[in-house]
Amino acid sequence: MGVSNYIFAFTNRVMLTAFRNNALWVLVFTTLTVFLGLILAVILDRVRYETVVKSIVFMPMAISFVGAAVIWKFVYAYRPPGAPQVGILNGFLSVFHASPVGWLIERPWINNLCLIWVGVWIWTGFCMVILSAAYKGIPGQLLEAARVDGAGEWQIFRRVILPLMMPTMAVLTTTMTIFVLKIFDIVYVMTNGNFSTEVIANRMYKEMFHFRNFGRASAIAVILLVLIVPMMLINIRRFKREELLR
Amino acid sequence: MERLVRVLSRVPLHAVIIVIALIWIFPTLGVLVTSFRPAPDVATTGWWTALRVPFEFTQFTLRNYESVINQGGIGRAFLNSLIITIPATILPIVIAALAAYAFAWMRFPGRGFLFIMLVGLLVIPLQTTMIPILRVFNRLGLAGTFPGIWLAHTGYGLPLTIYLLYNFIGALPSELFDSATIDGASTLQIFFRLVLPLSITAIASVTIFQFLWVWNDLLVALIYLGGTPDVAPITVQVSSLVGSYGQDWEVLTAAVFVSMLLPLSIFFGLQRYFVRGILAGSIKG
Repeated sequence: MGVSNYIFAFTNRVMLTAFRNNALWVLVFTTLTVFLGLILAVILDRVRYETVVKSIVFMPMAISFVGAAVIWKFVYAYRPPGAPQVGILNGFLSVFHASPVGWLIERPWINNLCLIWVGVWIWTGFCMVILSAAYKGIPGQLLEAARVDGAGEWQIFRRVILPLMMPTMAVLTTTMTIFVLKIFDIVYVMTNGNFSTEVIANRMYKEMFHFRNFGRASAIAVILLVLIVPMMLINIRRFKREELLR
Repeated sequence: MERLVRVLSRVPLHAVIIVIALIWIFPTLGVLVTSFRPAPDVATTGWWTALRVPFEFTQFTLRNYESVINQGGIGRAFLNSLIITIPATILPIVIAALAAYAFAWMRFPGRGFLFIMLVGLLVIPLQTTMIPILRVFNRLGLAGTFPGIWLAHTGYGLPLTIYLLYNFIGALPSELFDSATIDGASTLQIFFRLVLPLSITAIASVTIFQFLWVWNDLLVALIYLGGTPDVAPITVQVSSLVGSYGQDWEVLTAAVFVSMLLPLSIFFGLQRYFVRGILAGSIKG
């Protein structure tokens, strides 16, 4: 009886979709947030209106996932061809007389990527703030010396800045991975897992409250935990190393 | 001439930054504008058409807010959110400040082990705890009540709040504690007279975090409070409006904006503490 819940978790079609989508979330979300955060940290350092843009990019961190989900649902809003489009993306397409796209319906790539983008919109600011602090911690003389030696900006980025920021980026990558494995709110509000957008945490919620199947829900929770344990061990190891340095 | 070349060479840089800034600000702007437009306009034209004549104030209305606060139940939900968030912020912060001090400066058996447990707990998905805790809550009659969710948020908030405060309090110079002990100060005196005043900025930033986390939470409220409107916080209410008013964007956008009011004022008012808190948590290591 106990095993059957796990057999369900690993064979049910929707569960398999959920695993695939979680993998997609981890891959795309983590890469984009850290990458965009890095780019912003480096390029914003070069302009005078840095703080204004930083505030703008960081602002979504303060609002709830529910709020962000509604905000973006409106951006993705879809009306059948011919009807006036109220979502800005399809409004933009209609300027070029292109037919509207059902951003949250087109499975499996467009809608999942559109959902993931909402997460990226929220969390890039977080990565940017942390990477920007790390970037400003790089001694200016180091970059000056490289410039004097005739290195181009791209080379400086690749050979000096990137290696020095690597440790921070590694920490951020684990943080983002841990966070995104549990992703729930965005999917719950925007599609509720319909149109092949299911994720593990939303499936667990459904098993628990819609189907009252606590056995299956528990099995899903345990799987989620097992996926996160490696990240936890990395965290503890890093913490112990830091304690030794104190 | 040389100056012109220098300015021109920086055009792509500015262009990229401005495009990114626009992508980040447009979705929120759309919601703000839509929440002030009358329903027939919202249903037939895109919100950007209102920007063509932005100072034509007759095209804007406050009716959406009126109806969402009264019929939409957002007024009640806002109050519930406050009732949930204030104790669920104060409680963990008080406990965490004491615990962080103990972990950093007191020697007691099991200290190392307990702290490693705490670091491990930082990443445990709260989904794994939902079913057992809900069972206990049901037996104790705490499910669907405010004290129940205060306890739940306190438990979920403690690992991170203790960890962040520990990082700060642990970094205070040890001479401070030595001289206070020599002067005969008790542990509690040291905490209230020394540690608390010195770490007030750290406590402020952690408080902001916990406040935003609880205010913005959806999952914990769904699980432990259920969907009943008399206890539902604003996030739960907004998400249920999405279900019932799916295409009535003037209703949804107004509801969302009410829910963002407090977090956004905190963000713009106290951004410095907010950033400091984030850096304290993750820049280490």
